[in-house]
Amino acid sequence: MMNGVGREIPESIVGIKNVKPYIGPFSYVPTGRLTGSAIKVNKPRSEKVLASIEQAIEASGLKDGMTISFHHHFRNGDYVLNMVMAVIAKKGIKDLTLAPSSLNTINEEIIPYIEQGVIIAVETSGARGKLGQLLTSGKLSKPTIIRSHGGRARAIECGELHIDVAFIGAPACDTYGNINGVEGKSACGSLGYAMVDAAYADKVVAITDHLVPYPLFPISIPQTQVDYIVPVEAIGDPKGIASGALRISKDPRELLIAQYATTAIEHSGYFKQDYSIQLGSGGASLAAARFLKGKMQKQGITASFGLGGVTAPFIEMLEEGLIKAVYDVQDFDIPSIESIKKNRNHQEMSAAFYANPHNGGPIVNQLDVVILSATEVDVNFNVNVITDSNGVIMGAVGGHQDTAAGAALSIVVAPLLRGRLPMVIDQVHTVCTPGETVDIIVTERGVAVNPLRADLKENLKAANIPLMDIEELRNIAYEFAGKPDPIEVSDKIAAVVEYRDGTLIDVIRPTA
Amino acid sequence: MLQIIQPSQAGTVESNDILIILTPVSADKGIHVELTSPVLKKYGRQIKNVIQEVLREQGIDAVHVAANDRGALDCTIRARMMTAIDRAAEEVLG
Amino acid sequence: MKLRRTMMFVPGNNPGMLINAGIYGADTIIFDLEDSVALSEKDAARHLVYNAMKFIHYSCEVAVRINHISTPFGYKDLETILAVKPDLIRLPKAETAVDIEEIDELITAAEIKHGFLPGSINMMAAIETAKGIRNAYDIAAASPRMVAIAIGGEDYLADLQTSRTKDGKEFFAGRGQLILAAREAGIHAIDTVFGDVNNEEDFIAETTRIKEMGFDGKSVVNPRQINIVHEIYTPTEKEIDHAQRVISAYEESLTRKSGVVSLNGKMIDIPVVKRAQRTLAYANAVGKNEGGTTL
Repeated sequence: MMNGVGREIPESIVGIKNVKPYIGPFSYVPTGRLTGSAIKVNKPRSEKVLASIEQAIEASGLKDGMTISFHHHFRNGDYVLNMVMAVIAKKGIKDLTLAPSSLNTINEEIIPYIEQGVIIAVETSGARGKLGQLLTSGKLSKPTIIRSHGGRARAIECGELHIDVAFIGAPACDTYGNINGVEGKSACGSLGYAMVDAAYADKVVAITDHLVPYPLFPISIPQTQVDYIVPVEAIGDPKGIASGALRISKDPRELLIAQYATTAIEHSGYFKQDYSIQLGSGGASLAAARFLKGKMQKQGITASFGLGGVTAPFIEMLEEGLIKAVYDVQDFDIPSIESIKKNRNHQEMSAAFYANPHNGGPIVNQLDVVILSATEVDVNFNVNVITDSNGVIMGAVGGHQDTAAGAALSIVVAPLLRGRLPMVIDQVHTVCTPGETVDIIVTERGVAVNPLRADLKENLKAANIPLMDIEELRNIAYEFAGKPDPIEVSDKIAAVVEYRDGTLIDVIRPTA
Repeated sequence: MLQIIQPSQAGTVESNDILIILTPVSADKGIHVELTSPVLKKYGRQIKNVIQEVLREQGIDAVHVAANDRGALDCTIRARMMTAIDRAAEEVLG
Repeated sequence: MKLRRTMMFVPGNNPGMLINAGIYGADTIIFDLEDSVALSEKDAARHLVYNAMKFIHYSCEVAVRINHISTPFGYKDLETILAVKPDLIRLPKAETAVDIEEIDELITAAEIKHGFLPGSINMMAAIETAKGIRNAYDIAAASPRMVAIAIGGEDYLADLQTSRTKDGKEFFAGRGQLILAAREAGIHAIDTVFGDVNNEEDFIAETTRIKEMGFDGKSVVNPRQINIVHEIYTPTEKEIDHAQRVISAYEESLTRKSGVVSLNGKMIDIPVVKRAQRTLAYANAVGKNEGGTTL
């Protein structure tokens, strides 16, 4: 059947329960009750600290066919996932579903475990490199499920993604299982994604390289949710976890895109006192932060809150009083990690608070402006951030769907041409974010407003930016690059891309 | 009509560029194009077409072309081909 | 009125830069076959610029800086590039009117050969020696194709046996001569490049200085310098307002068929009208002449 973005979704897909096609961003109305973890008990003076990961795996009762989870706050410096998987494989446990919040290049080490059948299914926000290739190959017995951060929190909370054992990398953990992300040598800042796992997994194992005497303060994940604690030498490589303050781009093309994006924001009608904003961590987004700051200072405007994925330019604005508060699900650099530790108005939040569409209201619903990136956009404004020009998984949906749906103004920034690759095309290879939630596309050669937003188009007429129809942008791109040949794919389904509400927005097939 | 009489190269492996290496082959071997490119699936066919087209325009019917593409546009591919041919070829009487 | 506030050099052998050269809003882009191209790559750059110009539509003025015709490359550059009709040929190291006349003839021949409108390809010259400065007017007036003269940087300083200073003493004499020659010949005077892209403060100071001297624009080497120059060349609201009122008074005098232009009871001379037109042209270029006269 054809879904709401014109993609063919089979009535049933082997390995996927209850296939529902995407209809519209807020069309699906959930019913039923939230789920919960197994009931736990812990008697006074019993010991949670175990000597090894192996002991923790045994204590957790992990068996063939179960689902395990990890979180990706350590980004490309993560040791935990690889370390735990090695032990699980050694113990001969198999047929597992791996459900991390995301996967990075460093996790390529687990490829043999997939090939050996230790892991038979993956549910993630995305993957890169060889792991992305493997997940696109269709070699796994079940299709990979791609979910946004909000979609994953939803799936966990409603029980669609049931986690048997959650392994949580804990930068600081006390002997009774209280955890935060701001102390220790592997500090990563917010633990927003892990919070949901800890609250809903049947068993929770904290793995830490900074075990401290009871009690730890502040607490991000409480002792009430943690079953076992394993001290290890290192849970991550600090160099891979967070960079120093990212420098503002000197790439003139990124700066031009950022300039157009901020000019669009300025004239959009949303740029006023107490507006709210989320920025990505890409070059153009960071540059946009700098330009936006200049405009805010000049016009005497301050923001009510900033949301993210947090980077240093945000922290600068927070500390200078230009943003009243920052809500943080993940940190990208050292200044952000330091800020969450010292600034009272820098608030850690869970992925559910951030973006789960099926609760009393995630914070993305309150968002005015978001700047997002894209691999491809099509003339219907649909965005692909998951597959590359060869149709292979090499990115992550992250909060893309969530913020685009929640924000009053969602702006996608990307160069019109990356080398020879056009960014605006007839049809994206994989739809991740539906066009009806995307308002403006900003490229170095032109800015296109979604025809659904006639109001915005009117507002932007006064802005000194090259406004044009999206088809014109595509034409320019094709003029330079030529019309791309279609990517041949096989019939098999290697992965499904869920919309944040749990419906299927697209499928990914192995490339021929 | 031109004949490739010596090996030559033009271009670079920097992004947006293409490195063309021409190697002479005997007349009966014809044209052979070996292409590596990050955009092979979407543009491999079109890149090869441009290379063939330039060779045809210059009347070259025997050469080995090794093309290491880094996302070059057609105009860049043409320019690098023309430079490589200039550096490798000699006019022959048809 | 054609403005040349910024003339941006683009290295001729860099495909990425050639492709994107037109997006940054420079008044003129100059594809460089000369100093930015290694001797061994002159042929490659020539082919690349030729093909870029043939296939890419640039919406701004496109110039090509050729190698001097006394080098083995200059004629070949012209032969190749003229076929794709650049708006402007920029000659380096012009020293005498003869340099200009020689190229003028080659352009004339190419225009005939390719069937271009006669006189449609313009020229400008960079003056990079003391001798060139002495002959600046002759160079500027050597051909009706000439639209600008520019002062070259490092070569000129080497010839003068001096080097860069913060406040530009070394350029006082040359810039002064150049602007006089350009004005007498009725063409644009363009200042030299400022190479230290990260030194915004001195770049702003230098640009402000040359604008005050009367220069029409500056050569730039990086897109990041473009907006800075344009901002310096943008008239103030007060200047725009005054210019608009001068022009309305002038237009009104034309409809009255009166030779006398007056504003608020005061007589206005024609040079004042011309200055007002110039002011509005600069305002228009940045979209600041709202509701005013378009020229």
